[in-house]
Amino acid sequence: MRVVDAKDLATSAKNTWCPGCGNFGIVSAFKNAIVELGLEREKVVIVSGIGCHGKIADYVNVNSFHGIHGRVLPLATGMKLVNPNLTVVGFSGDADCYDEGWDHFCHAIRRNMDLTLIVHNNMILGLTTGQTTATSQAGFRTKSTPFGSITPPLNPIAHALVSSGTFVARGFAGDPKHLSGLIVEALKHRGFNYIDVFQPCVTFNYLNTYEWFRQRIYKLEETGHDYTDKQKALQKSFEWGDHIPIGVFYKEERPTYRDNLEHLKGLALTEFSLEDIDIEPIIESMK
Amino acid sequence: MKINDFSFLIGGEAGAGISRSGFLLAKACMRGGLNIFGVNDYQSLIRGGHNFYIVRISDGEIFSQPDQVDLLIALNAETVMRHKNELVSGGGIIYDEDDIAANGETLGRKDLRFYPIPLKRTVIDELKEPHNLIMRNTVALGATIAVTDYDFALLEEILRDTFKPEVADLNIRAARMGYNYVKQNFEGDFGYRLKKTEKAGKERIFLSGNEAVGLGALKAGCKFYSSYPMTPTTGLLHFMTSNERSYNTIAMQPEGEIAAINMIAGAAFAGARAMTATSGGGFCLMSEGLGMTGMTETPVVIMVGQRPGPSTGLPTYSAQGDLKFVVHASQGEFPRMVIAPGDFEECFYETMRAFNWAEKYQLPVILLTDKYVGESEVSAEPFDVNRVKVERGSLIMHDYEGRKEYGRYEITETGVSPRAVPLCKGVIIHANSDEHDEYGVTTEDPGITTAMMDKRMRKLDMIAKEIEERNIEAVKFFGPEEAQATIISWGSTKGPIREAMKLLALEDITTNYLQILYLHPFPKSKVEEVLDRAKKTIVVEHNKTSQLSSLVRDHNLRKVNHKILKYDGRPFNPGDLAERIKEVL
Repeated sequence: MRVVDAKDLATSAKNTWCPGCGNFGIVSAFKNAIVELGLEREKVVIVSGIGCHGKIADYVNVNSFHGIHGRVLPLATGMKLVNPNLTVVGFSGDADCYDEGWDHFCHAIRRNMDLTLIVHNNMILGLTTGQTTATSQAGFRTKSTPFGSITPPLNPIAHALVSSGTFVARGFAGDPKHLSGLIVEALKHRGFNYIDVFQPCVTFNYLNTYEWFRQRIYKLEETGHDYTDKQKALQKSFEWGDHIPIGVFYKEERPTYRDNLEHLKGLALTEFSLEDIDIEPIIESMK
Repeated sequence: MKINDFSFLIGGEAGAGISRSGFLLAKACMRGGLNIFGVNDYQSLIRGGHNFYIVRISDGEIFSQPDQVDLLIALNAETVMRHKNELVSGGGIIYDEDDIAANGETLGRKDLRFYPIPLKRTVIDELKEPHNLIMRNTVALGATIAVTDYDFALLEEILRDTFKPEVADLNIRAARMGYNYVKQNFEGDFGYRLKKTEKAGKERIFLSGNEAVGLGALKAGCKFYSSYPMTPTTGLLHFMTSNERSYNTIAMQPEGEIAAINMIAGAAFAGARAMTATSGGGFCLMSEGLGMTGMTETPVVIMVGQRPGPSTGLPTYSAQGDLKFVVHASQGEFPRMVIAPGDFEECFYETMRAFNWAEKYQLPVILLTDKYVGESEVSAEPFDVNRVKVERGSLIMHDYEGRKEYGRYEITETGVSPRAVPLCKGVIIHANSDEHDEYGVTTEDPGITTAMMDKRMRKLDMIAKEIEERNIEAVKFFGPEEAQATIISWGSTKGPIREAMKLLALEDITTNYLQILYLHPFPKSKVEEVLDRAKKTIVVEHNKTSQLSSLVRDHNLRKVNHKILKYDGRPFNPGDLAERIKEVL
C-alpha cells in the first residue's frame, strides 16, 4: 500500500515516551518523509535496538524488527543484502549505536551498505534512568558518573567521515521539518545514509535541553557549506561549543557493498529457486 | 606381508606443506579403490611448529585413525624423534639422511626398516630447484609409492589433477626421482603393500566434515552465510566464499561473531536460508543473538565446531566440552534444536535437515561438531542428493491479500505461526525481541506473556512428534541387540567407538552402541528403550564432566554405569578405547 497520509502509518500501540520527548519529533519527521516519498508500506523495514528509541517499531505501521541492544546495523545489513528492493531504515540510540554497537557503525559505513541509519542522540541512557553514554559531555553528572564524566565524548560525525561515509548528516528533533528534509534526502541517496539526531531527553538530561540546542545550532546549508568537500566536512564535524552545525556535512556517490556483488545482478536472494540446486560440479572436483 | 591395511604419518615443520602432501598421497590411494581416513594435527602457529597428518588406508570399512602407524614419512628430524615409538614393529621410516642419522641403534628401534633418502639433495642436484625445497615432500611421496609397491601412475594422475601443467610436470619428475631412488637402493622388504582394488577409478570423493556441511548447506539452498574465522570451522567459511559466485549466494566475513549472528537473523527475516559457523568462544559472543532468534522465531542454522576450552584453550585440537553450553546458551527459555553429526555423511544430511527444521519450526538449529569430525578427511561414496527434500514450512513469500489481518506471532495449536517475508503483499510484519502480542507489538501483560511462552515451547513437542511420525533417526543403534555392554555417545566419538567394537569382537567381547544424534529436544524414549535392555552402560565423551551422562540423568532420571572420558584435545585411538572399555567390563 502506497502511503499518502501520516495516518496510514499510525498503530494502535500505546505510546510510552515521556511527554515532550525528542523522539516525537523524530517519528513525525520520519512519517512525513515516507508520505513525501509516497513509499509502499510493505517495502519499508524499520530496525531498532534497545533504549527509548527502540519503541519506534511499535509506533510506525511498516515492517519492523525490534532487535537487541547495539545490533541494529548487522540486522539491517542481513536484510538489505538479501533483498535490495527493501527500504531498510535503522533507528538506534547513542548508547545503542555509539557504545554497545560501536564496532558495527564503522564497518557498516565502510561497506557502504545501502541503508539509512538515524541515531536518536540524547547523550544519556534514558530507559535505564540516566547514565552516561559515549556522547555525554565531559563533566556531565549522571547516576553512573556522580562526580562528573571524566572522559571526552566520541565524535560520531568525524568517525563516519573517516570511515568513508557517503552521506553524513545531523538533525535536530526540535526541528522536525528540517529533519524530515534530511531523511528524504537520505532515502533518495544510494549508500550508507547516516543522520545523527540531537534528541533532548526531557527527563534525565538536564544539560542538553531543547533550549541548549536552539541557542547553538545553525544550518550548514545556510552558510554555503560545500558538502562534496571532505576536508571542510571534517573541519565542520569538530565544531562544538557555542556554534554547532546541523544539516548535510558530506555526500558522495560510491558503489554500495551489494553493487560489488556483481554475480547477483541486483536480484534478491529470495528470487533464486531452492529446488534442484546442482552440487555435482563440486562433488566432481572432490573426486 | 600385509596388503591394503596400512597407515602412514607424514610430519614436518608447520608451513612445510605437510597436510597438502598427506592429502595428495591419500587421494592417490583413494583413486586406487582404497578407503581413507586422514587426521590433521597442527598447532596454533603458522611456521616452525610441528605438524603431522596421519592417514589410514584399507580395502575394508574404516571409521577412524589407527592406533599405530606403519610408515613414518619424516620431513625433518623432529618427526623421527617424536613419532618413532608410534611405529609398529616392522614399520618403516622414510627420512632425509642429511637431517638425521637414524638407525636401529640410535633410535632404540632395531625392529624398524630405514629408508634414508637424499630428499633435499635430490631437489637441489637432480631436479635443479634449489629455491623450491618444498619439492622434497613430493620426492618423499614418490618414495612412499615405491616402498609400498603401489601404482605410481595413480600419484601421477592426482598430481595432474591438482596442479597447473608445468607445476604438475615438476612434481611428477620429483616424485619419480624418489620412486626410482627407492627401487634402486632398497630391496622390496617392506611388510606392507598397497594394491589397486576393483573399486579403483574416479567415482568416490575425498572431503572433510566441514566441506560436507558446506555441500549440505548449498544443496539446502543456504543463500546467506556470514562467519568470522575461528578454528576449527574456518574451512566452512572458505568453502562458502569460494562457491559464492557459482551458487548465487552471499558468503561474507563480518566484523565479528555478534555481527554474524545478527546478520543471519536479518537475512532470515528477509526470507533467505541463512547460516553461520564458529567455535565455543565465538558462540559465547553469539549467545544473545541466539536468544533473539528464539524469541523472534527467526530460522537460522549455526554450526558450532568444538575445540578444547575453557577460554582460548587448545585452539587447533578437538573436544566435546560445549554440549551443555549450546543446549542452555542465552538467557530465558526458548525452543532450539541441537544436532551432533558423528561423521561426514551426517554432516551432509543433517545440515540439509537443519535448514528444514529451522524453517518449519522457526527456530535456531545448532549443528554441534568438533575439530575431529570437521577437519578429518575421508573417502566416501558421493551423497544421495535427493534424500532430504527442501521443506520450508508455513512460509508466505508473495501474497496474503484478502485474508484476515496478519499476525506474525499468531497463536496456533502447533505453536508455529505463519511466517511472511517483507514485500509480501498485504502484510506488515513486526518481529520483536521484547515479549509481544500476536501482532508483534511489545507487551508486558502476564496473560499474553504466558500464552506466548507456551506457544513457542509447543514447537518442541511438535518436533518430537514429527521425529516419531516420520521415523527420523534421532538416535542410531549399532551392534547386536544383546551385548555385554552398551556404549552411549554423541558426535565424533562415533568413529573410534565403531573401530573399538571391532577390536573387542575379535576377543569375543560383545558390545552395542547407541549414538545420540539429536541432543535437543532430547530423544528420551528412544534412549529409555536402550537403557532398559542394556546390561551395562558406558558413556564415552571428550570432556571432563561427562555432559551426556548429565543429560541422560536429567531426562531419563537414570545413571549410567561407567564413563570413559578424555580431554587432552586428541581423539580416542580405537585400541586405547577398547582397552578402557575392557577395564570397566
